[in-house]
Amino acid sequence: MTVKTFREALNETLHAEMARDSKIIVLGEDVAGGAGGTGVEEAAGGIFGVSSGLFKAFGAERVIDTPISESAIVGAAAGAALAGYRPVAELMFADFIGVSMDQLYNQIAKFRYMFGGKTQCPAIIRMPTGAGMNMGAQHSQTIYPIVTSVPGLKVAIPSNAADAKGLLTTALRGDDPVVFFEHKALYPRKCDVPDGDYLVPFGEAALVREGEHATVVALARMVNFAEKALDALAADGITADLIDPRTTSPLDLDTILESLEATGRLIIVDESNPRCSVASDIAGLVASEGFDLLKAPVQLVTAPHTPVPFARELERAYVPSPDDIAAAVRKVVAY
Amino acid sequence: MTLQKTELLTAYRLMKTIREFEERLHVEIATGAIPGFTHLYSGQEAIAVGVCMHLADDDYIVSTHRGHGHCIAKGCDVIGMMKEIYGRADGLCKGKGGSMHIADFDKGMLGANAIVGGGPPIATGAAIATKLDGNGKVTASFGGDGSSNQGTVFEAMNLAVVLKLPTLFVYEDNGYGEHTGTSYAVGSDDIAGRCAGFGMRAEKVDGADFFAVYDMAGDLFDQLRRGEGPAALECAITRFYGHYEGDPQKYRAKDEVATFRETMDCLRNFRKRVTDEGWLTDAELDAVDTEVMALIDDAVEQSKAAPPPDVSEVLTDVYVTY
Ligand SMILES: Cc1ncc(C[n+]2csc(CCOP(=O)(O)OP(=O)(O)O)c2C)c(N)n1
Ligand SMILES: [Mg+2]
Repeated sequence: MTVKTFREALNETLHAEMARDSKIIVLGEDVAGGAGGTGVEEAAGGIFGVSSGLFKAFGAERVIDTPISESAIVGAAAGAALAGYRPVAELMFADFIGVSMDQLYNQIAKFRYMFGGKTQCPAIIRMPTGAGMNMGAQHSQTIYPIVTSVPGLKVAIPSNAADAKGLLTTALRGDDPVVFFEHKALYPRKCDVPDGDYLVPFGEAALVREGEHATVVALARMVNFAEKALDALAADGITADLIDPRTTSPLDLDTILESLEATGRLIIVDESNPRCSVASDIAGLVASEGFDLLKAPVQLVTAPHTPVPFARELERAYVPSPDDIAAAVRKVVAY
Repeated sequence: MTLQKTELLTAYRLMKTIREFEERLHVEIATGAIPGFTHLYSGQEAIAVGVCMHLADDDYIVSTHRGHGHCIAKGCDVIGMMKEIYGRADGLCKGKGGSMHIADFDKGMLGANAIVGGGPPIATGAAIATKLDGNGKVTASFGGDGSSNQGTVFEAMNLAVVLKLPTLFVYEDNGYGEHTGTSYAVGSDDIAGRCAGFGMRAEKVDGADFFAVYDMAGDLFDQLRRGEGPAALECAITRFYGHYEGDPQKYRAKDEVATFRETMDCLRNFRKRVTDEGWLTDAELDAVDTEVMALIDDAVEQSKAAPPPDVSEVLTDVYVTY
C-alpha cells in the first residue's frame, strides 16, 4: 500500500497499463499540450493532470493531442477500438459529452449488438465530473445517469484513489466500452492504494462501513459526504451500512438487498438531478425486488431538478450536503 | 475613416473599459474573491468593439467563454456584469450564470457560452428570426481559433450559406486554444480559407488595429444587410493573460506576452493613430481613462458590497411555467 491522490492513482495506472499494453493510446484536448506553442512540450498533461508525463513516456504517436472536436475525439476512439486498439479518450469536462453524444450512444454502445456479437469496442471515455468549483451550469454536471441508461456502455464512478486505480485497470483490460467519471473534487484526495496489479471488478459494490440502523448508498464525492454524515450520527448512536456501488452499469443490487435484509431502511445519495437518476433507479429496483425488506419509505438525497447554479451560496445549496444526508437517515430511522 | 469625434471617443471608451475591467479582475481574482473560472479578454478589445460599433441593441451577438469584451462592446451594464462575476443577487443573471454565462437580451446579447462551438448554431437561429422579421437586422457570432475546429461551427457556417443568413462569423485567432497552438490545431493555412470553402466571403484583418477591424466589419455587415448571405472575419490577435486566470502558461515563451504588449496593444495603436492624425488629443483620451477607472472602481466596490442570492433562488427560473 502507498498513500496516493486520486489523480496520482489514475495517472500511474495509465503509465503502468500503457507500458504493459502497446495497444493503449490516449487522445483528447491538451492531454499533452504545448503543440504549436512557443513554450515547452507537454505543457499540460491533461487539464487536471491525469495524463501527465504520458507524452514524454510514450510519444506523440500514442498520446494524441486533438483539436477541440469532441465528436471526432469520441468517434476516433470508436474506430480505433474497432480496429484493435484500446483508446482512452479524455473529455475535458463531462458536460462536453453532449457534443459527442452520437458517437457514444449510437455508435460505441451499439456496435457489438448490432453487428451480432462479431466485434468489440474497448473504448474508454474518461471525464471529470461534478459540482463544487463554481464552474457554472455547463461545467459542473454529473450526467452519469444518462449513460447508465444506455445498453452497451459500462459506467464506472470511483469515490477514492484505490478504486480509481482498480476500476481503471479493469476497464483497460476488459473488452467493453467504459464511460469513466472522475469527480473533480476528488482529484487531490488521498488514500491507501494497493501497489502492483490491482483490479476492482465491475458490478461489485464496496461496503465502505458497516452499521445497524440503515443502509446508505452513495456514489463518488457523495461517499465522503455520507461518511461525514455517519460520523455525526454516531454521537446519537445511529449507525448504518454505507455502500458504494462503484459502477452503475453493471449495478450490484445484491449487496444493497443483503444490507436491507438487516436494516430495512434505505437512503440513496446522488449528486445528479433527481429524475431518472441513479438514486431513482436503485429505488425502483429495490421497490420491485426488495419490497418486503423495506420498513420505511426510501429516502433520495439528490440535487434539485435544476441546472447547476454559479454563485457560491447557490451551488452549496444545490449539492447534497452531509447535513441533508444525516437528516434523511434520521428520518428513516425514526419512521 | 468615417468616424466622427464622438464615435472615436466611444470606441476608445469601450476598449478602455474592457481593458480595465479585465486588468482589475486579474487583480481581484488573485485575492480569491471571485468564484469559478474566468477567461480574460485583455488584448482583444479592438475586435469586440470594431465589430459591435456597427450594431444596434436589436442586432444580435453570440459570445464565448471569453465573453466580457463582447458584452461590454454590445452595451451590457458594466456594474451588472461585475456583480454577476462576483456571483451577486443583482448581477446581470442573478448570480446564476457567472463569468461564462453573461447575457443581456435587451442589448441583443444572446449569451456567453461555456461550450466551445455552442454559439454559432444559435447565431444562425437568431439570423433566421431577423430574416423572417424582415427588419434588416444582423447577427455576429464570436468564436476563437480553437472553436473553428468544432463540427457544430462547420454545420452553422454551411447552414448560413444555404439559407443566405445575415450572420457574420468572427474568428479571433489569439494563437491558442487553451494550451495548444493554433498552428497545430487548425489544419488549414488559415481559418478564413475554410470559411471561404463553405461559400462565403471571408476576410482577414489585424485584430490589434481597431480601424482595420471596424472598416472591414462595416463592409461585411453592409453585405449582410443587402441580403447577400453570411460572411466571415478572421482577426489575428493575442491574449495578454493565460487561458484562464491561474493558467501557468507553460506553452508560451517567457517573453511572449511582454513582447505582444509592446507590439500588439490595440489601445496604444489607437491612441497613436488618433493623435498622429490630429483626430483626438491626449488630454481627451486621458479624460476617458479617468472616467473609466472611476467606473471600474465603482463596479468592484458595489460588487463587493452586494448581497449574494437568496438560496431559494436555486429553484427558480428553470421553466416559465411548470
Ligand atoms: C465543447 C467544449 N470543449 C472544450 C472546452 C474547454 N475549453 C474551453 S475554452 C477552450 C479553448 C478555446 O479556444 P479558442 O476557441 O481559441 O478560444 P480562446 O480561449 O482562445 O478565446 C477549451 C478547449 C469547452 N469549454 N467546450
Ligand atoms: Mg484561441
